[in-house]
Amino acid sequence: MQRMSTSPIPPFELFYSDNRDAVLALLRRRLGSQRADDAFQETFLRALAAYGRLSHGEHLRAWVLTIAANVAIDTLRRTRPAAESTEIPHEDARPAYEQLGELTDGLPPKERAAVVLRYGYDLTYDQIAVALDSSPVAARQAASAGVRRLRTRRTG
Amino acid sequence: MTVANDLDRRFREAAARAGLLDAAYDVVDSPIGPLLVAATDLGILRISFDPDPERELDRIARVAGRKVLHAPLAVDPVRHELDEYFARRRQAFDLSVDLRGATPFTVQVLGELARVPYGQTATYGQLAARVGRPRAARAIGMVMNHNPIPIVLPCHRIIGSNGSLVGYGGGLDRKVHLLRLEGALLS
Repeated sequence: MQRMSTSPIPPFELFYSDNRDAVLALLRRRLGSQRADDAFQETFLRALAAYGRLSHGEHLRAWVLTIAANVAIDTLRRTRPAAESTEIPHEDARPAYEQLGELTDGLPPKERAAVVLRYGYDLTYDQIAVALDSSPVAARQAASAGVRRLRTRRTG
Repeated sequence: MTVANDLDRRFREAAARAGLLDAAYDVVDSPIGPLLVAATDLGILRISFDPDPERELDRIARVAGRKVLHAPLAVDPVRHELDEYFARRRQAFDLSVDLRGATPFTVQVLGELARVPYGQTATYGQLAARVGRPRAARAIGMVMNHNPIPIVLPCHRIIGSNGSLVGYGGGLDRKVHLLRLEGALLS
């Protein structure tokens, strides 16, 4: 269930220590461990620069993982022409999460987040549960409900 | 997967260098125990005898802003002056203080407190008189007790009119230590 009350935004230190391991894990999967280090720094500098403008503390994990995914894409774009391009994991020209972003527009927020994180970011339900502050079962249910709703919308 | 120390340190340094922080903090070792020190662009924001940041973070964020990070690099200038003070190589602090969040009365009292010289003491009543509130010794005591930047703002130099040490936010042992360090008390 979506919580109605807005949660307070913690001091950046707490946000950083709560999320750094998850961010590094995502970046290593996307970029390999060497390039992940630079991307890690860039992710949290971007988050820090934007942190003062946040209006509530909901889904901060999903927020920072979105930033990390964007940084990973930028890194891949920057480094693609390099000779080592064979090592770079395959990515569609247009990232899946961007296409999903439009497609899932209008879904309830939690279902949308679950669908995008599962199929756009390829996170496990365990990771999505952490991002959404719920359980893996609830994350799976939210993703399935979102997909069902998308199917109905297309056929109906 | 755990973030390696080196990666973690590099981010904290980059954040401090980028000037993106509202406040930075670190725990500084001292002869009177570990001190939690927070600093902003305006100066020293907080020195606490309770080194556990958990209890101070929210307060620091309320005063300075939520972009608070453990960033030792940004606290180095304060650490440096404190080290010199405890080594008896410094009698006055050159760094400015950030008193945002303090009431005008508190700012006035702390400003007067800062003028009590190294190695000397004044009484609560004298300090009250110096801010033009000669009968407000108790209020002065409250301000001393809640001094956000002890040591640098030397509330340890304020004593009772009969010469007793009265009290100290960090405990009387620390007050005695600081006064002895400055030569204001014979050991």
